[in-house]
Amino acid sequence: MPKKRVNRSAWGTFSLFALLTVFGAFMVLPLVYAINNAFKPLDEIFIFPPTLFVRNPTMNNFVDLFNLLGNSWVPFSRYIFNTVFITGTGIVGHVIFASAAAYPLAKHHFPGKKILFTIVVLSLMFTPAVTAMPNYMIMSWLGLIDTYWAVIIPAFAYSLGLYLMKQFMEQIPDVLLEAAKIDGASEYRIFWSIVMPNVKPAWLTLIILLFQILWGSDGNGFIYSEQLKSLHFAAGQVVAGGIARSGAAAAVALILMSVPITLFVFSQSRIIETMATSGMKD
Amino acid sequence: MQNWWSLKWHAIRANKHSYFLMAPYMILFAVFTVLPVLVSIVLSFTYFNMLEFPKFIGWQNYTRLFLEDDVFLIALKNTLLFAVITGPISYIACFVFAWIINELSPKLRAVMTLVFYAPSISGNVYFIWLMIFSGDRYGIMNGLLLKFGFILEPIQWLKTEGYIMPIIILVQLWLSLGTGFLAFIAGLQTVDGTLYEAGAVDGIKNRWQELWYITLPSMRPQLMFGAVIQITTAFAVADVSIALAGFPSVNYAAETIVTHLIDFGTTRFEMGFASAIATVLFLIMVASNLIVQKLLRKVGE
Repeated sequence: MPKKRVNRSAWGTFSLFALLTVFGAFMVLPLVYAINNAFKPLDEIFIFPPTLFVRNPTMNNFVDLFNLLGNSWVPFSRYIFNTVFITGTGIVGHVIFASAAAYPLAKHHFPGKKILFTIVVLSLMFTPAVTAMPNYMIMSWLGLIDTYWAVIIPAFAYSLGLYLMKQFMEQIPDVLLEAAKIDGASEYRIFWSIVMPNVKPAWLTLIILLFQILWGSDGNGFIYSEQLKSLHFAAGQVVAGGIARSGAAAAVALILMSVPITLFVFSQSRIIETMATSGMKD
Repeated sequence: MQNWWSLKWHAIRANKHSYFLMAPYMILFAVFTVLPVLVSIVLSFTYFNMLEFPKFIGWQNYTRLFLEDDVFLIALKNTLLFAVITGPISYIACFVFAWIINELSPKLRAVMTLVFYAPSISGNVYFIWLMIFSGDRYGIMNGLLLKFGFILEPIQWLKTEGYIMPIIILVQLWLSLGTGFLAFIAGLQTVDGTLYEAGAVDGIKNRWQELWYITLPSMRPQLMFGAVIQITTAFAVADVSIALAGFPSVNYAAETIVTHLIDFGTTRFEMGFASAIATVLFLIMVASNLIVQKLLRKVGE
């Protein structure tokens, strides 16, 4: 990072920071509003004119939320378990599978390497909605409809994770791998005991990316049984409840957003380190 | 020829470990990503209702899509509008904010990164905006406007055709500083500092020239990556539209290609027709990616 640089006008600096402040406020105010809402007593949520900040903070909304969900047909803990299970399994599988596939792509030369990687890069360019319907058919042929696996298994093979991992692995010095080879280690041994520990910062990025996707997924279209549905789905039900549940809905919003944000706060510098290698080659 | 094949075969056998390591990922990738795309393209030339075997009908789905389906034309127009507005704005915003943030001290940089990145990772909480644009006087937008006397009665923001698109564009922009933004921050940190000193010697006069001649060309890989991500999100608008404007939205004011796809695929079970919509969207995305990548190669020249 270059230190003090020349060629800076004060006016330029001022206008850039003004820009940053205005747009920073636009980004953060809805979140601040959401956080404050979660602690507002019901009469304050419906105060006119509406206020941004809470005056008499209360935990009632959270109590209401747990009562509400506690009385629902499926216990709240089940939704939490479902989400944690889907997110956890999906992340572990993705990190292992994507790393195993990224290692040969980054470090070996073999027939078909270029075409495989090109297809993966091409697949970054479309949205899951494009393939949602054929995906449904394939899921039903495989008998995965209405199981957790309909959400988990495709997550193992997301292309963004493989892509970032491959770019990151290219930075591992070849001499390290060759030394291990001379010592008689097999490719699997090299992958597991040398490559994997070296790409730990990149794991973290994959974990965060997958976490966002899986934490926010409600398995819509694939999962019908109420007892298999996720926290996000349950949250949607509460929000759909309208005015009567505004307090509980605000509490749900806070719970849903606080987990991924906290995770990011603790892993920010590592993630950026990994992303630095994410460039797409010309 | 014989020789070429035996050479290839030899190379494949020599690398069997590589294939073995890739197998689990590549098999799943083929089944859940590549195969669906191919199935979708094939089905787009058929009539298929999930019950009977698909019947080949040639280009009929496509001609119906462009000539007879008025709502698709609205969806196409809306999607292009989204893409043309949110795509470039969010891409430039990602870069500009990453660029300004990069000049801050490390602590402040971490805070500002979080501020700009938080909306896109906060787990689909765009329903906050439902509270802001709520149609009664307790919605924060109506409340503020009423209080300061700009309006006399609450506006039904999300039920009035004229307001729906601007609001969804606004929310989409709010959400759009995601992976591309992080990639830019990371990319800026890898730009070689000595280049700036050399540039100063070579007569670069201000930060704007520095940006165009040094920073941008050094970041070309990240710029490509960011473009792919932003283009894809810009064309795929659907969740926000459905969450805010409902499904279907008032007089299809917020219909996009993806909501149209969902309509025919999951509500009407016209799989062949839905596949044609998906194929059109896929082609639009790939084409715009290729165009943008071509443009990006010219940066800093």
